[in-house]
Amino acid sequence: MQPFTTHTGRAVPLRRTNVDTDQIIPASYLKRVSRDGFGDGLFAAWREEPSFVLNQPRYDGATILVAGLDFATGSSREHAVWALMDYGFKAVIAPRFGDIFRNNATKAGLLPVVLHEKSVLVLQEAAEEDPAPEITVDLTAREIRVDSGTHGGLVAPFEIDNYTRWRLMEGLDDIGLTLRHEDAISAFEATRPAWLPATA
Amino acid sequence: MNGPAESSGPRTLAEKIWASHVVRSADGEPDLLYIDLHLVHEVTSPQAFDGLRAAGRKVRRPDLTIATEDHNVPTTGITGPGVPLIGPGSPVTDPVSRTQVQALRKNAEEFDIRLYPMGDAGQGIVHVIGPQMGLTQPGLTIVCGDSHTSTHGAMGALAFGIGTSEVEHVLATQTLPSVKPKTMAITVDGALPEGVSAKDLILAIIAQVGTGGGQGFIVEYRGAAIRALSMEGRLTVCNMSIEFGARAGLIAPDEVTFEYLKGRPHAPSGAEWDAAVAYWRTLASDEDAVFDAEVTVDAAALAPYVTWGTNPGQALPLSAAVPDPAAIADADAALAAEHALAYMGLAAGTPLRDVKVDTVFVGSCTNGRLSDLRAAAEVLRGRQVADGVRMLVVPGSMEVRRLAEEEGLHEVFTTAGAEWRSAGCSMCLAMNPDKLAPGERSASTSNRNFEGRQGKGGRTHLVSPAVAAATAVTGRLAAPADL
Repeated sequence: MQPFTTHTGRAVPLRRTNVDTDQIIPASYLKRVSRDGFGDGLFAAWREEPSFVLNQPRYDGATILVAGLDFATGSSREHAVWALMDYGFKAVIAPRFGDIFRNNATKAGLLPVVLHEKSVLVLQEAAEEDPAPEITVDLTAREIRVDSGTHGGLVAPFEIDNYTRWRLMEGLDDIGLTLRHEDAISAFEATRPAWLPATA
Repeated sequence: MNGPAESSGPRTLAEKIWASHVVRSADGEPDLLYIDLHLVHEVTSPQAFDGLRAAGRKVRRPDLTIATEDHNVPTTGITGPGVPLIGPGSPVTDPVSRTQVQALRKNAEEFDIRLYPMGDAGQGIVHVIGPQMGLTQPGLTIVCGDSHTSTHGAMGALAFGIGTSEVEHVLATQTLPSVKPKTMAITVDGALPEGVSAKDLILAIIAQVGTGGGQGFIVEYRGAAIRALSMEGRLTVCNMSIEFGARAGLIAPDEVTFEYLKGRPHAPSGAEWDAAVAYWRTLASDEDAVFDAEVTVDAAALAPYVTWGTNPGQALPLSAAVPDPAAIADADAALAAEHALAYMGLAAGTPLRDVKVDTVFVGSCTNGRLSDLRAAAEVLRGRQVADGVRMLVVPGSMEVRRLAEEEGLHEVFTTAGAEWRSAGCSMCLAMNPDKLAPGERSASTSNRNFEGRQGKGGRTHLVSPAVAAATAVTGRLAAPADL
């Protein structure tokens, strides 16, 4: 995965709560066996509405999605992460995420930023008012900054655990990290009772 | 996993299972958890196997891994074992679906994983076949690239859904780095009234807690009403834990669990059975264990529930009317309700019993087990599906189908005018040909009423099997008591 330290880009406000992963990428797109090209299915049903925020030319090229409470709930499909990344998003900001999506995002290198609801609202309103000013998502400093526009000077800290932050900043392969402890895995396996089920 | 773990103060069921699976623990890092059982299906696994190949890695424990074809497979034209996937006679007409199923077959062969293919007597929905074969057991850690993995918690296992990167991680290492979630107790006191099922109970719980209320928690369901549920009813409850955001949902194993497991193909037997039961009895939460959050539900106050909106928390008793967004105090919830009513084509104030449906779906990992089919058949016996209503009955596994046919349930369904199908996920998520047309409305025993879930533009009302069957008879949302 690509390391993530800091990213500066423009924001798209998505003013909806409870956006489930079925909306992010409908099941009909999940039949593919690759990780690529899911961007065309991103919010597929909503993008048929000309007024949908991603269809507004003023948000073309934006790389940060600012979403509502309980973003990406429901299905475990990592395709939701792949679709957002393929479309060009580098980070998603929301007051709360579906647990599985948040895990998936940090494994694939899309930064999920949990931010207080009030700060999310400020960012959404700012992006609606004027989509031009850029937002900086600084993982090193654990903060969101808006340097220009009417909300210039906004600094909002966010929380992320040290381990996940380190993995993202280094772009580390989780499997490689775990395999460093293969001895511990083998030792654990030696203690498993014989009556535990096997599929073979 | 080495018998009762060290006595370090009172602990919950989830904490005991967690502690007995920690391979490695270090300050500031997630625990490395050992995974006892990994369930695989065709949709969330191909990219994981590609990752293994690219890195030259193997599946560490094929003997703890099992695969089934469930999401894409059609539920008609399954002629039996060996039904062709490619060429003439293949029931899979969608070439993209075919490629995905083919990829699973290739991967299962290459990595030596036991696979239950379409047409096989052991095939079925991943969350139906695990318990059915006795692979799902108390005290295990179970994962699958599917959010409804929480189902297996009903047997006292710690089971949760993962994404494809984590699937690859488990395939390669049989472990998962995990941060321990908080614990929540949902205690359901009292007894469910006559005609109120496990499905009604979980819909009521989600409506009470809210779709995000379980976020970050492992939930343990407790109390008299939970104890009184059958094993299959418990599977229904735990299945929908993810619908209020919970990482997992589980129920302490008891006599109901042991009775269900005994004699199943992968359950221990003889002296090993006794050893296993003795261990399983130690798993229940200690009496003075403390949960991070507690919720209580009064079973006696419940009634048949039905969803009116586009998330599973938007549910009300069948006797209620479609809510008025203007009367909802919370601004976000009001806006969500407004969106939902527009999508669902419903007017505020309409009695739910007046809502007409086009399609009734009985099946899925929520309600596709034998007792669910019995509940639906009971209502349909001697009655007819209403004119203009299409009813699909899709068993959760080929074994459920076989047992239902042994009891003659298939004849009850077909005599009533319903379609009797083969096993699969089917219309729960419409990845196979079973789907709603735009604007079509269903009463469905599945788990998600999201926009487009059962087909683009389709409108879903989540219900129990008994309500589904009564609705099929009247053509409007109805309970058996209304007939």
